[in-house]
Amino acid sequence: MMNKYTLYGITLAVGIFGPLMFPAYITQFTVLWLMVVFSLTWDIMGGQMGYNSLGNILFFGIGMYVCAIVQVGLYYNVGEYTAYSGAVKVNFTPDQYFTGLALGTVAAAIVSSLIAVIFGWIVFGLRGPYFAIGTLGVAIAAGELIGAWDYVGGGGGMSLPLFPGDSDGTAFNYVAMFTLAIATFLFLKWLYASRFSLAINAIRDDEEKAEGMGIQTKRYKTVAWSISAFFLGISGAIFGNMTGFIEPLEVAFPTVTFGIFMVLMALLGGKGTLWGPIIGAVLFHVIKEFTWTVLLGWQWIALGALIVVNVVFFQQGLVGWMQERWPEKFGIEVDTQLGVNENPSETVT
Amino acid sequence: MSTLIEVSGVSKSFGGVVANHDVSMAVPDGGITALIGPNGSGKTTLFNSIVGYHPIDSGSIKFDGQEISDLRVQEIARLGLLRTFQQTRIYGKMDCVKNMLISVPNRNSSFTDMFKKYPQDVTDKAEHLLEFVGLYSKRKLLAGNLSFGQQKLLEFAMALMNEPKVLLLDEPTAGINPTLINGLIDRLKLANSEFGITLFVIEHNMRVVMNLADNIYCLAHGEMLAHGKPEEIQNDQRVIDAYLGAH
Repeated sequence: MMNKYTLYGITLAVGIFGPLMFPAYITQFTVLWLMVVFSLTWDIMGGQMGYNSLGNILFFGIGMYVCAIVQVGLYYNVGEYTAYSGAVKVNFTPDQYFTGLALGTVAAAIVSSLIAVIFGWIVFGLRGPYFAIGTLGVAIAAGELIGAWDYVGGGGGMSLPLFPGDSDGTAFNYVAMFTLAIATFLFLKWLYASRFSLAINAIRDDEEKAEGMGIQTKRYKTVAWSISAFFLGISGAIFGNMTGFIEPLEVAFPTVTFGIFMVLMALLGGKGTLWGPIIGAVLFHVIKEFTWTVLLGWQWIALGALIVVNVVFFQQGLVGWMQERWPEKFGIEVDTQLGVNENPSETVT
Repeated sequence: MSTLIEVSGVSKSFGGVVANHDVSMAVPDGGITALIGPNGSGKTTLFNSIVGYHPIDSGSIKFDGQEISDLRVQEIARLGLLRTFQQTRIYGKMDCVKNMLISVPNRNSSFTDMFKKYPQDVTDKAEHLLEFVGLYSKRKLLAGNLSFGQQKLLEFAMALMNEPKVLLLDEPTAGINPTLINGLIDRLKLANSEFGITLFVIEHNMRVVMNLADNIYCLAHGEMLAHGKPEEIQNDQRVIDAYLGAH
């Protein structure tokens, strides 16, 4: 891909020097990397495999709750802790905090992946728009179910252990989220260079043909979804600790904000490409924060207009459009004689 | 020659429409068998039943002595019984070489195989087969940008890449111009003789059928009407009647 190293350079420079130069915006930078993780993981299914999931936020929320339960549950009874929440201040020693966080993050990743396998088994019978609506239903239902579960505080939510020491943990969370984004990117870069990417692309282009050729489509679909869920689960764990307080509808399963943003970012940047979702996430986040600051009151309308323009005029996204405009820079060959070479026999003689 | 596919007493209906009624036939190992019949006589339904696309109502289908009528499409494909589609199906947004690579046989592929890369000899084989069908110069193009005839050739090459024991071709020459048809017949014959792939072909074009097949079955109104050598079928009054609408 063109200017690969320039892109690496810019990404690393933004990641390392951004928060150092603008310490007041460090939370914004953390959210930026969260958006990159969202968009990259959505694209595995939505872009590369052609399964538009509207419910990937499910794994974000599950990761968040699993991590919180492990963090608290290791040392206290979660049910009592949430009931006391706000009234009794529980202090975690640094040792307890970091042990809980580490184990919680691992558990978040594993549980999210397992749930993806189980849900995949149910919803992969659905195709096209039915899959999108089915996954959306699962994500909304999950938020409502957690809201009815008193053990984790129900709709009232639960607060997470405070970051130990004098610092409030913003720098720590930033590094964690940045590392996660880089890890997700590197993993996908490796994954997309293997047989896996061809198989999920084949499923996107013609699933029936792929089945007819003996490809284990269900296996690929399930693994693709659990990879998304793995990284989303970790991102949920980090984000939960960043906000310090989690509740089901707005923080853990925000279907209409984060859940839809992940789709929009991938579409904006160009789905089905490695860099598209990253560029889309950065663009989206900047535009969103800009409109939230400058056009307050009109921000949703501005965002809506962006979506309409994107979907009507730029369906293939920024990178997709660039690929069409300058295919040779992306290593795509175009048959220049296509217009006159309609007769296939010429190639056979 | 031993029998590779054995269909006995297969019936299949969709609602009230009987598409196949008590159809029996055998595809001998190593030969080229053709299935002909007027439009709507149930040829494609029989094909779909064999490859496991839909369950059959009654009867039995055996491949290499193994009952396959209750297996799913992927499982049957992995046994080495592969089909091509009447409406050509390729992976349009991938280039030709990638279309070929993903078509490697999945017979023994394990979980970790999903994350491996393709060794060089597989790529070489893909390019060699593209050369065999005459698409080498187009190998880097997106398959969706090829013309219809070229896509048919690509689909044929993909099928060869899969190293099937038997290849079911649903109207391989439909929509291809006459000049190309001769080239395709030659390649089908080569695939049969050189690569040892048994062919089972649905075809409307009688010139192609008589040229290609050594064994012909004729379906009409969902029932097996006739079976024989090309010259026997050519002179069979029932077949001629069926095609001219005397039934």
